[in-house]
Amino acid sequence: MSTPAKPVNMDEHPIAPYLRMDRIPHIWCPTCGIGTVVKCFATALEEADIDLDKVVITSGIGCTGRVAGYMKLDAFHTTHGRAIPFATGLKLGRPELESVVFSGDGDLSGIGGNHFIHAARRNMDLLVILVNNFIYGMTGGQNAPTTPITAKSSTMPFGNFERPFNLPHLAASCGATFVSRWTCLHIRRLTKCMRMALRRKGFRFIEVIAPCSTLYSRLNRLGGGLELMRFYHDNAKIKHGIDTREVDIDFQDTIVCGNFVDEEKPTFLDMMNTHYEEVLGEKYVPMKPEGGWIHD
Amino acid sequence: MRYWRKPLDFDQVTVPHGEVVIIADRCKGCAFCVEYCPKDVLVMSEDFNVKGYHPPEVVVEGECVNCNLCEMICPDFAIFCVPANDVAAVDAVRSIAAEEDANAEEEALN
Amino acid sequence: MKTDPAGVLTGVHYLDGDYACGEGAMAAGCRFVAGYPITPSTEVVERISRRFPVMGGTFIQMEDELASMAAVAGAAWTGTKSMTVTSGPGFSLMMENIGLAAMMETPCVVVNVQRGGPSTGLPTMVGQADMMQARWGSHGDYELIAMSPQSPQEAFDLTIDAFNLAETYRVPVMFMMDECVGHMTEKVVIPDAGEIDVIPRLLSDKSPEEYQPYAINGRPVPEMVRAGDGYRFHTTGLTHDDRGYPDMSAERQQINVQRIMDKILLNVDDIVRYEEEEIEGAEVVVVAYGITARVARMGIDLARKKGVKVGFLRLVVVWPFPEKRIAELAGQIKAFVVPEINLGQMVLEVERCSAGRAAAVHVPHAGGGVHDPKSICKAIVEAAK
Repeated sequence: MSTPAKPVNMDEHPIAPYLRMDRIPHIWCPTCGIGTVVKCFATALEEADIDLDKVVITSGIGCTGRVAGYMKLDAFHTTHGRAIPFATGLKLGRPELESVVFSGDGDLSGIGGNHFIHAARRNMDLLVILVNNFIYGMTGGQNAPTTPITAKSSTMPFGNFERPFNLPHLAASCGATFVSRWTCLHIRRLTKCMRMALRRKGFRFIEVIAPCSTLYSRLNRLGGGLELMRFYHDNAKIKHGIDTREVDIDFQDTIVCGNFVDEEKPTFLDMMNTHYEEVLGEKYVPMKPEGGWIHD
Repeated sequence: MRYWRKPLDFDQVTVPHGEVVIIADRCKGCAFCVEYCPKDVLVMSEDFNVKGYHPPEVVVEGECVNCNLCEMICPDFAIFCVPANDVAAVDAVRSIAAEEDANAEEEALN
Repeated sequence: MKTDPAGVLTGVHYLDGDYACGEGAMAAGCRFVAGYPITPSTEVVERISRRFPVMGGTFIQMEDELASMAAVAGAAWTGTKSMTVTSGPGFSLMMENIGLAAMMETPCVVVNVQRGGPSTGLPTMVGQADMMQARWGSHGDYELIAMSPQSPQEAFDLTIDAFNLAETYRVPVMFMMDECVGHMTEKVVIPDAGEIDVIPRLLSDKSPEEYQPYAINGRPVPEMVRAGDGYRFHTTGLTHDDRGYPDMSAERQQINVQRIMDKILLNVDDIVRYEEEEIEGAEVVVVAYGITARVARMGIDLARKKGVKVGFLRLVVVWPFPEKRIAELAGQIKAFVVPEINLGQMVLEVERCSAGRAAAVHVPHAGGGVHDPKSICKAIVEAAK
């Protein structure tokens, strides 16, 4: 006997205030994990208790790049790979903003790789949420910089032979001060991690492994999203604080999750302000937190 | 819930209760909620929603503990829980638990 | 509105074109610059990096030109006037994000201190071969504004105008200097802040519920808001509707693209700017811009001594091109003579607008130096026959 269906107002879903309900349902495939990550992020925003008017979200191009279009924040859907510098411009133009980058593995580590490493190097005050589905989904399943060796994709039809990135290691070695990886199955830990990250400063990097049912798992005959979630359940190991050199992901092998790096270091703006105050003394006029907008 | 021994404050523990609300037409039939509900409250129904997918349905009454896991894990924002302030449901849970305990003791004795 | 005095270095200075351009930006109220070093433009950002810390500006040297343009496109959405500076190779790299700025209708200024091309070309020597690229560089249909100064003083003055045009029409403005003007040192008079008029960022006064990022309501240009003011708006590089949401249909494409072009095309008369000298009764008109305008004047003087009636039309705003004026003059004169430091770019526009009624004579120079005034004189004399 099932519960009789209650007449439900769509907007009653608890996440509705954080979404552009006029654009729901979203475009992501059945069993795609991106929706789950968005839910975790919205919950983290609620729990972190920050001024949502001051949160700006920038996405690039790709399936995960569509996230900006669904979140009810000041949202920017920019060019492929350039979400990080765009978000940097937003942050530096109005320092009081919390600038979040929410994009995919191909967008941020492929075409956007250069921007990724420099933003980490500078400890630019950005929260980067990278959804890693090991493939370029939107364009039809091409090889990505994170595709594991032997995995098939549309441009590596005989299996990938190129070494993939170990993204947490890349971020940590470039100087990111907060580095984590979770799968989208770890909903509560991911939400908590995002909440922690929202309260910190500096370059915060969260990699979220998510299933791509239509392309990655289909091209590799791994089933659908549910099968991949079961795989994460059985093969994800949580190792907080482990050296990021050891968190590579091989094809259908252990996925090491956890909070790997959590340090407090001065951000780009901290260092800039401190330095100019030292060198220029009273002559230094920093940009106001409200930004460089000049008006009467 | 099965206990290996009855906790001393069993009478004071309140198990939260919830009611599952399903926005059937938004569901894309991924079955994450069914798979991961800790109380196995849901199954994929035989019905079709407007998009042709099978949405989940609640098959075990009164077991939902408002843990919100389905709400968190659903990629389509199609399911959520609300707390149920229902004394009858609390009693139902207690009686089911008592029954399970009785069964377990019987098995152990045999 | 009068500009913020903090950025105005009032006085009489001896500056090179790059420095003057930087001063112009600061005087215009620009407070965010992201750049990448490239000869011969680097001095602009060097000047800005030295002066910004005392006026509340932020300069960041990004990792490449793509990042620079993306950062400028982002910072502009905080209400801050933003600018980037580059030369030929960097200009090519910036094209995708210039397209993004055009599509999102972001006001910003891109300075291109042109050098010999193509590719690495002549890094330290002059060229004017990016003029067509300024208009057509990014993919798709869009319109923008490009200007060309002929002196350091103009590099200062026109940069302020560039920012004002960017704010008025919500377009990226291409500031096409050339290496000669950029590296030439001349007297630059910077007036009091009270004498400099700037157009501030036009912000909407609608409430967040009513506001739609791309609704024009009869005006040429939609109103902007600032990220962080609670409007929770969305904007995208995809073809979008009035709400800024992607709407990928042929109907919307027609409306959207036509509108971003109409912003400029229907207001051409307010944007176009050129200077004329002795056009009355001229048989030949020389059309030039940038450093070539100054060299051309010598060629014109030489030709006048030979008895030719020569007029001079100097392009100040190069894009949109002054089609009407050229078409009008074509009916009155024998020929246009177009000296440029390239092998044929703006002359093609002159030719197109003349529609055969007057000849369009090109005086090319592949780059690396300026014309010999005698070659311009020779072309004028030939054209007058």
